[in-house]
Amino acid sequence: MDKVTRLVSEKGIVIFSKSSCCMCYAVIILFKELGVKPLVHEIDEDPEGREIEKALMRLGCNAPVPAVFIGGTLVGSTNEVMSLHLKG
Amino acid sequence: MNSPSAQFVTSRRMGVYDPIHQMSMWGENFKSNSNLNSPASLIVEDVKLDSQSEDASHGISGPSNQYDQEATKPVDKAQRRLAQNREAARKSRLRKKAYVQQLETSRLKLIQLEHELECARHQGSYIGGGLDAIHPGFPGAVNPGITTFEIEYGNWVEEQNRQICDLRNALNAHVTDMELRMLVENCRNHYFELFRMKETAAKADVFYVTSGMWKTSAERFFSWIGGIRPSELLKVLGPQLNPMTEQQSAKVVVLRDACLQAEDALWQGMERLQQTLAETVAASQLIEGSYIPQMAPAMKKLEALVEFVNEADHIREEALEQMFHILTIRQAARGLLALGEYFQRFRALSKLWATRSHEPA
Repeated sequence: MDKVTRLVSEKGIVIFSKSSCCMCYAVIILFKELGVKPLVHEIDEDPEGREIEKALMRLGCNAPVPAVFIGGTLVGSTNEVMSLHLKG
Repeated sequence: MNSPSAQFVTSRRMGVYDPIHQMSMWGENFKSNSNLNSPASLIVEDVKLDSQSEDASHGISGPSNQYDQEATKPVDKAQRRLAQNREAARKSRLRKKAYVQQLETSRLKLIQLEHELECARHQGSYIGGGLDAIHPGFPGAVNPGITTFEIEYGNWVEEQNRQICDLRNALNAHVTDMELRMLVENCRNHYFELFRMKETAAKADVFYVTSGMWKTSAERFFSWIGGIRPSELLKVLGPQLNPMTEQQSAKVVVLRDACLQAEDALWQGMERLQQTLAETVAASQLIEGSYIPQMAPAMKKLEALVEFVNEADHIREEALEQMFHILTIRQAARGLLALGEYFQRFRALSKLWATRSHEPA
């Protein structure tokens, strides 16, 4: 949990992802198209990955990834990101 | 036997009372139903519907006139007759209920069978359907979740056509904004209902949704992850909205760009999914004559496909929603009419094409 808090405060946009997750890939691409470079943390490549996954679930995510944090706050998963994007 | 006299009574009354005609129609069906005692029903119906019950009793108990009977018994007879009438009426109501329920069940079954047949025709037209050929019968018919969706979608299209008509009439009649608002709300909720239906169907069979099997053939040609491309949606709405204020135009442009970006990102995710799935399947080996054990990672990938379909619909829904925020009611009504007619035309095109290809060369 601490790790999550620490990571999300490191940069403006932080995305928790899994290297095998294609939806995560889609979200990352979207940010790149907007000219933004998010900090991507592949939790399946992190030894503490399981802990991070549990922490994300506890924060209220239905699916642990993709989990997008902007300015240290949890924005949500793909749905929320898409909605925000289309709303401008 | 009472039957001959009952028949006599019925035919005598035929031209006079409409309800009796209905009753004889029921009678036809009751005859085919072994559960029911048809001759008796004819008799009791006549008793129920005939206001002059004395006359009816002539058919049953013989030609004797009520007034010929002994003066001491008319009250008892009347009471008994009334009781018989009530009983007969009650029985006929129960029978009617059972009959109607039977009709409803048969109707649903018929719809289901028709849909299965339609599915079979679709499947039959793609000869050599690959792995689907392993299943006996027609894949489309087996999944109850999909059958339900097809029935619901059929209803959805009918309702859609009605709404399009309403919108057209309302716009031509120059109704008030209030009335227009109601129509627009209905239309909007109707589309959102479709997205919910698709979500459920995707869980039942995601390939059915992505391949656009539920749409007509011409619509399928444009299918993008289980439906119309969101930016295409906006493009169809576009021309109908003029005149627009500068502010509106600007917002629409922003929305369209955002839509394209979202589409592009989602599509790249899909391509990656395809790629990794292909790699996974290519890497799987034959173990003791079966590929199944190695398929677990591939199965997980396929589950991800459901997410993509849902996300695509989410983009469509959100794009529509944002348009409603930008537009006035009148513009929204024109836009929805245009959108509805767009789909209608494609359905018409598909029908035309289907009949054309059946003609002999």
